[in-house]
Amino acid sequence: MSNIFNSMIEWIDKRFPLTSNWKAHLSEYYAPKNFNFWYFFGSLALLVLVNQLITGIFLTMNYKPDASQAFASVEYIMRDVDYGWLIRYMHSTGASMFFVVVYLHMFRGMLYGSYRKPRELLWLIGMCIFFVLMSLAFTGYILPWGQMSYWGAQVIVSMFGAIPVIGETLQQWLLGDFTLSDAALNRFFAYHVVTLPLVLLVLVFVHILALHETGSNNPDGIEIKENKNPSTGIPVDGIPFHPYYTVKDIVGVVAFLIVFCGIIFFAPEMGGYFLEYNNFIPANTLQTPDHIAPVWYFTPYYSMLRAVTVNFLGIDAKLWGVILMAGSVVIFCFLPWLDRSPVKSVRYKGPYFKIALTLFVISFFVLGWLGTKSPTPLYTLLAQIFTVIYFAFFVLMPWYSKIDKTKPEPKRLQE
Amino acid sequence: MKKITIVAILILCMAPFSVYAAESGMPLERAPVDITDNASLQRGAESFVNFCLTCHGASYMRYNRHRDIGYTNEEILEKMVYTGQKVGDLMLSAMRRKEGEEWFGVAPPDLSVIARSRGADWLYTYLKAFYRDDATGTGWNNLVFDRAAMPHVLYQLQGEQKLEVNGDQKSLILDKPGQMTAAEFDKFVGDLVNYMVYLGEPHANARKELGIKVILFLLGMLALSYFLKKEYWRDIH
Repeated sequence: MSNIFNSMIEWIDKRFPLTSNWKAHLSEYYAPKNFNFWYFFGSLALLVLVNQLITGIFLTMNYKPDASQAFASVEYIMRDVDYGWLIRYMHSTGASMFFVVVYLHMFRGMLYGSYRKPRELLWLIGMCIFFVLMSLAFTGYILPWGQMSYWGAQVIVSMFGAIPVIGETLQQWLLGDFTLSDAALNRFFAYHVVTLPLVLLVLVFVHILALHETGSNNPDGIEIKENKNPSTGIPVDGIPFHPYYTVKDIVGVVAFLIVFCGIIFFAPEMGGYFLEYNNFIPANTLQTPDHIAPVWYFTPYYSMLRAVTVNFLGIDAKLWGVILMAGSVVIFCFLPWLDRSPVKSVRYKGPYFKIALTLFVISFFVLGWLGTKSPTPLYTLLAQIFTVIYFAFFVLMPWYSKIDKTKPEPKRLQE
Repeated sequence: MKKITIVAILILCMAPFSVYAAESGMPLERAPVDITDNASLQRGAESFVNFCLTCHGASYMRYNRHRDIGYTNEEILEKMVYTGQKVGDLMLSAMRRKEGEEWFGVAPPDLSVIARSRGADWLYTYLKAFYRDDATGTGWNNLVFDRAAMPHVLYQLQGEQKLEVNGDQKSLILDKPGQMTAAEFDKFVGDLVNYMVYLGEPHANARKELGIKVILFLLGMLALSYFLKKEYWRDIH
């Protein structure tokens, strides 16, 4: 039996690099042996991606991208399609969990300096994935054509209109109409199910290729490749990804699925955060809701969009909001060059970085919370203060990371 | 590092809290919702068809879906379908959209998922909070939804309430009694709202039942995968 199997593999190997790739990326890809809790989220993001692709295909079979039928077709899926409710909740919960997992994955990178040399490109490709993910979330959220789909999209689209000179033309070009309408719904559907998933898949593939070129970082932030066994050439602190991390990631996957299914089966609306209550009202182009709030994963940026209330430096407040909002996301791309610390990992960084990172996380959550609220003078003031803190984390990093008191990095991974 | 992990998990667990709000700021009464109670759902369904469906549609819902709440097709036809529709048809309103706009100024909204956008407590309080107000076109007003376009459809059952303002405190008192006592009317509205919660998500019971099985299976898988990992990792360190 094993003979037949071996000769089959041999037959394939002569025609396709199966064994060599299996070795390069799994059985002889050496990963640091000290991965902790934070290292589950990369593989989990891949799991959620597969979930979104598969459930998305089934949703497409019954969804109708037509402004007069979209809302009803979603309810048709929820009621009349066999297990349609399950597929829809898997997709809607998956969208939110994608962001949970990706935010934690990015935070891991910030904790342990995974963006630092030689992984700058890996980080940038990851940021591209994040941009595509945001576009996917935005185009997907429009599709049910509820009140929040419609008015949330209206807010985002009007941001393009705030760009000087070309803004209005750009906005019309994006919408295919003068207002958000059936034409926009159709094209956003096309982006959501064809263009963006294709781009995302390619980027994820490239992200993993880049990762396997540099090798994974680890909680100690030291390079395991610098300490190889001279006779085998294998990093002393490395273990083969397969089977060690495949079996470990299975535990992560099952634990994640318990949370994921807990939400799907027992709290699919997640208290109005994953599925907003107002989105169960069909889109009404004549009735602006009192309170427009994006889904939770966009609320920190939404807060920053609303934070600027006065014109200054000859630029009006709305455009400032758009600049800040775009800047708040793009600024992550500069992290590899903003961080001047001699060490990568938070374990060996000094108090300044720890304080800065803590303040950053707090500001991210406070801005997120404020983004779900109607603005009041107090809330706007809070949003302004925390926007400053958010940006200070990045802008002041070259300074505080340099003068920080760091601890010496170890030569070998710590237990 | 452990601390950061624990804090992160705690923060993620804080997410689910309710964000419904009554625009009037009036405190909402708690609706007696139990969508496993078929008797209540059936009473609610009959009231819904009699009182709501004349003007409102529930146009994403099919009549024969009500086999979920213990009816047979024959019972559905007998108790719920009055307009000559078939049992597999959608629950459309008897009134046309345009007529609604002419009569009430706004077309009565579809009620299929109203319990998911408004919440059961809002509906329960709203349906009990109508009072006589000569200043409005319909002669009725509502404490939860000021100047609601809908007249008090259930006034023959509840009777007529009037508003009593005492400083900042607004309260309703029964002016002319209706066919039901206050307790009977509460139960009537409770059943109706319970039905509308079911109507919002007819598969909610099936969802929870399946969920328990799935979670139990996954807990078993968690134990197995944990021991598998432990076995593989014995030679590391």
